[in-house]
Amino acid sequence: MLRRPMPSLVPDRLAEHDSDPIVACEGVAKRYGDRLAVDHIDLAVPAGLCFGLLGPNGAGKTTMLRMIYGATPPSAGIVRVFGLDVTQHTRRVRMRLGVTLQENALVEVLSAVENLRIFARYHRLPRVTSERRIEELLDFLELRSHATLPVRALSGGFQRRVAIAVSLIHRPELLILDEPTTGLDPAVRLALWERIRELRSAGTTVLLTTHYMDEAQRLCDRLAILSAGRVVADGSPAALIRQHLAAQALELTLPAGEDARVLAEIRDVRTLRMGRRLVLFADDATALLETLRERGRTGDPSAVVVRPANLEDVFLALTGTALEGDA
Amino acid sequence: MSVSRYALSVWWRNLALYRRTWKLNLLPNFFEPLLYLVSIGIGVGAYVNEMAGMSYVAFLAPGLVAVAAMNGASFEVTYNAFVRMNFEKTYAAMLTTPIQPDDVLAGEILWAMTRSFLYGGCFWIVIAAVGLAPLPASLLALPLIPLTGLLFAALGITFSLRIPSIDLFSFYFTLFLTPLFLFSDVFFPLQERLSGGWLWIAEVLPLLHPVRLMRHAFRGEWSPILVWDLAYVIGLSALLLVLAARATRRRLAA
Ligand SMILES: Nc1ncnc2c1ncn2[C@@H]1O[C@H](COP(=O)(O)OP(=O)(O)OP(=O)(O)O)[C@@H](O)[C@H]1O
Ligand SMILES: [Mg+2]
Repeated sequence: MLRRPMPSLVPDRLAEHDSDPIVACEGVAKRYGDRLAVDHIDLAVPAGLCFGLLGPNGAGKTTMLRMIYGATPPSAGIVRVFGLDVTQHTRRVRMRLGVTLQENALVEVLSAVENLRIFARYHRLPRVTSERRIEELLDFLELRSHATLPVRALSGGFQRRVAIAVSLIHRPELLILDEPTTGLDPAVRLALWERIRELRSAGTTVLLTTHYMDEAQRLCDRLAILSAGRVVADGSPAALIRQHLAAQALELTLPAGEDARVLAEIRDVRTLRMGRRLVLFADDATALLETLRERGRTGDPSAVVVRPANLEDVFLALTGTALEGDA
Repeated sequence: MSVSRYALSVWWRNLALYRRTWKLNLLPNFFEPLLYLVSIGIGVGAYVNEMAGMSYVAFLAPGLVAVAAMNGASFEVTYNAFVRMNFEKTYAAMLTTPIQPDDVLAGEILWAMTRSFLYGGCFWIVIAAVGLAPLPASLLALPLIPLTGLLFAALGITFSLRIPSIDLFSFYFTLFLTPLFLFSDVFFPLQERLSGGWLWIAEVLPLLHPVRLMRHAFRGEWSPILVWDLAYVIGLSALLLVLAARATRRRLAA
């Protein structure tokens, strides 16, 4: 199968000018009472990529998606999908995109096949087309063995696959997945990632949200991190790590009050506090560790860890590690 | 309003589900008016020589057709619609497809009318079989069944769109539909029991009008008051549906 080059290897500027974005949000805001769930966001999802929205609970991911597929109008700003203003051309836009909601919304007493037929009706597909599509999707998502059982009798992994299948019934150009793999076992997650990659290779643009950093890092070409309704960072996973932290992380176990003493005379090191752990980011963490060792500032030496910096570090650095954040 | 053909998709979804569950759903609703007919019509009727110039059971039959239509529509737009909207997220899923809030409302109303026609129609067949629905006159009652369904679909959905909790439906059924059932000309002719001023007030009761239409249809009689009855049913339904469309848009697109 022909795969597009790893997007992290594609220069950012080149990717941006590739073509018009599939989703373009300008100054989009959503207000619920006193609360700004989405706070004037600019966002562009390029065609043919897998784009991830990350952010803590309540950051505004689902609300953002709902504005993109036109379920709710923005309080300010404009959302364009396929170049069309979603508020004015809601029906036309929705004919060309598919959405898997955060919670499965299936008819639980009906089977996978019957649920697929219902969604085919929602899109007014001709009968022949829909039956052919149903056959394809049963194979694509490996649902055939349980295709005629009531959905409520299926495991969580099967139900999620049915929910994804119904959103693909009309071959959407844009697939929106709200936390597609939350609560699924590792095998199902891996299988779903593979299906999502196949869809992308076939030209479908994918926009998803996730709380799993490994998922974002391995599946998404580009990411936007949301916090309290704002985009706090965006770019490819590798670029985010490079820009916001450094290549490597050095983890120490130290009492919380000692940060200033440890960091004295050390410049250009970003840090992250996670309880008793202090994480320092540097391009050469081993060298940093040597420096600290010479000065006897490594805390418990048996608890020292050097590892590559990852997306989780970026996420926590940008959105905070405390349970009670600003949100 | 911008109702489109997508309303039929909403209707079809309910039909697909109903085909699976109709045996469980149809029976209780269908037996209810039948039990009233037997118990009150024949039981109590034995002590009543006649009512409004006919046997009591014959007096009762047309009103109970309207009641069956009322019940058939009401369950659909109250408990069922509330669950679809708030628990099963059915409408949220529809709004990911080309279906719009107005289509959702129109599809649900159409479906409630369909169910009211099923219940009212089945009941009509039973009473026709036992000779209580004079033919061909009472055939005119058939189109009145979904019309009654429309009125109670509009009333029910208006209520469902405004309440925050499913528990409040017991108010709708016990304090609204049950009194309507008891005081809307079904069991006794109101004009023989109420004095002038009260009779005017009784005209606000929504069930009164379908019952009066039904009863005239069964007798094959025409009366000028039926114009008022029809105007009431159609006018109130239309008014409520315009308000419900606004509430649906507000609720689903929040
Ligand atoms: N219909 C609504 N009415 C009022 N407030 C809402 C509504 N929908 C969302 N909110 C609020 O908007 C904020 C963002 O919610 P949203 O569901 O978009 O977050 P999220 O990023 O998807 O969170 P999660 O990861 O938990 O799914 C929250 O504070 C939420 O309570
Ligand atoms: Mg969410």
